[in-house]
Amino acid sequence: MPFNISNEEILETWRMVEVEKLDIRTITMGINILDCRDADADKTGRNIYDKICRCARDLVKVGQDIEKDFGIPIINKRISVTPVAMLVDGFSAAQIIKVGQYLDQAAREVGVNFLGGFSALVHKGYTRGGRELIQAIPETLASTEHVCSSVNVGTTKAGINMDAVCDMGKIIKATAHLTAEKDGLGCAKLVVFCNAVDDNPFMAGAFHGPGEPELVLNIGISGPGVVGNVVKNNPDCDLGELANRIKNTAFKITRSGELVGRVASNRLGVPFGIVDLSLAPTPAVGDSVAEILEAMGLERVGTHGSTAALALLNDAVKKGGAMASSYVGGLSGAFIPVSEDAGMIAAAAAGALSIDKLEAMTCVCSVGLDMIAVPGDTPAETLSAIIADEAAIGMINRKTTAVRIIPAPGKKEGDYVEFGGLLGRAPVMPVNKNSSALFIHRQGRIPAPIQALNN
Amino acid sequence: MEEGKRAIITVLGQDRVGIIYGISGVLANNNVNILDISQTILQEFFTMVMVVDVAGSLVEFAQLKEQLDSKGKELGLQVNLQHEDIFKFMHRI
Repeated sequence: MPFNISNEEILETWRMVEVEKLDIRTITMGINILDCRDADADKTGRNIYDKICRCARDLVKVGQDIEKDFGIPIINKRISVTPVAMLVDGFSAAQIIKVGQYLDQAAREVGVNFLGGFSALVHKGYTRGGRELIQAIPETLASTEHVCSSVNVGTTKAGINMDAVCDMGKIIKATAHLTAEKDGLGCAKLVVFCNAVDDNPFMAGAFHGPGEPELVLNIGISGPGVVGNVVKNNPDCDLGELANRIKNTAFKITRSGELVGRVASNRLGVPFGIVDLSLAPTPAVGDSVAEILEAMGLERVGTHGSTAALALLNDAVKKGGAMASSYVGGLSGAFIPVSEDAGMIAAAAAGALSIDKLEAMTCVCSVGLDMIAVPGDTPAETLSAIIADEAAIGMINRKTTAVRIIPAPGKKEGDYVEFGGLLGRAPVMPVNKNSSALFIHRQGRIPAPIQALNN
Repeated sequence: MEEGKRAIITVLGQDRVGIIYGISGVLANNNVNILDISQTILQEFFTMVMVVDVAGSLVEFAQLKEQLDSKGKELGLQVNLQHEDIFKFMHRI
């Protein structure tokens, strides 16, 4: 077959990678570990370690080879496992912490930077394993480096488990306390979900859901810089035309993810799962979702109009991307983490972006209140109430929402937390000082909404 | 899926004597055949695009990439080697 790509197209691809920082954010291998259960907790941990090391032995190497072959950086190689709560029934929290440490060792052994799945799905209520796992989260996140944890507290079909919401406020506080010397870093590895998805490749919320096959490869794309340049280069076109141009670019970005997924799946002999069409920012300048919204004409992200601009962006990315991949899944939407996005950090520091506005923005994008630092003395009940609000948005709108919040120990409004690397830095944002405690202490279950009755 | 055997070399930088000589020397030494070559000056920048066949290459793709990269540094140019599939995937359905 003749090679009929024009030089302009070749240079466009070159520019996307070299100038606009297009990259594949992550190749995440999902591994079923249900068969690792043993009557003995330590043996269970060792079985998990052995299986991960066996299945993911070549993951990092293959990822690096693909980067070289196609000239597109693949920033992260990661692993997700079956929610650990599903195989620790009967073990104590202390024993489950040991299992978490085996996960950490396995991640280190195969060379991935994060491993997700220290998770529990408790949206309708607790199993014994779920309850104990949640109690084990603070110590596990404090004593491990690579393990990520998530808890699903609600779904549209089940409603919201307010017992779990109440507990998670305390768990987040405890996690911050145990990692206080690192500004509460443990909380950056803990996500509380409503409508969590089984095939999310992004951390910290990735796990290998119960409906997934034995092994699977999921790809998370990125590319805020590429989309940002499209918006910047079209300062005069109306919003309908702008959406169209974003769609065209999203298509091309997603194709690169599709290619990497297919090739990696081929070389590893692992089925290709999905491409997650998310715009995932990094703290690097020019790799920011906030800058895209500002390039649309907002003085600062967080001002009036931000939700509409984000809705347009999110939808255009999905429409372009959906045509480019055979299997779309995961979270698929723009991320708006505060600490990981230079534009969001600047807007929050300038007082233009509040938690309330972020909450509104999460109604129209994935995922939720992400990487937000709040004062260290924020009561657990207030954290629970923030989680409850986000979960309600997810439940009613049939979408995934999440909370990844850091009550930074010893910090107050205006201070900064510093995590470094991809997790970035964040200004401590104020929360509403009025108490939500009585509401949270009612506990129980918020019933599934009428939207769930669609059979 | 079947992976292609061709690759694209892009060379960007200031025009000077000996660019094609230098790059094609690396390719000849490694038994890599040039299928097509084109060059233009875009906004004062020299850009050259080569389509090459790497099926008979004497070295691994990654090594060839490194050799081209160091030749590029010697000439003060940015030289990239990428599999053809990335362009086909992005620009053709």
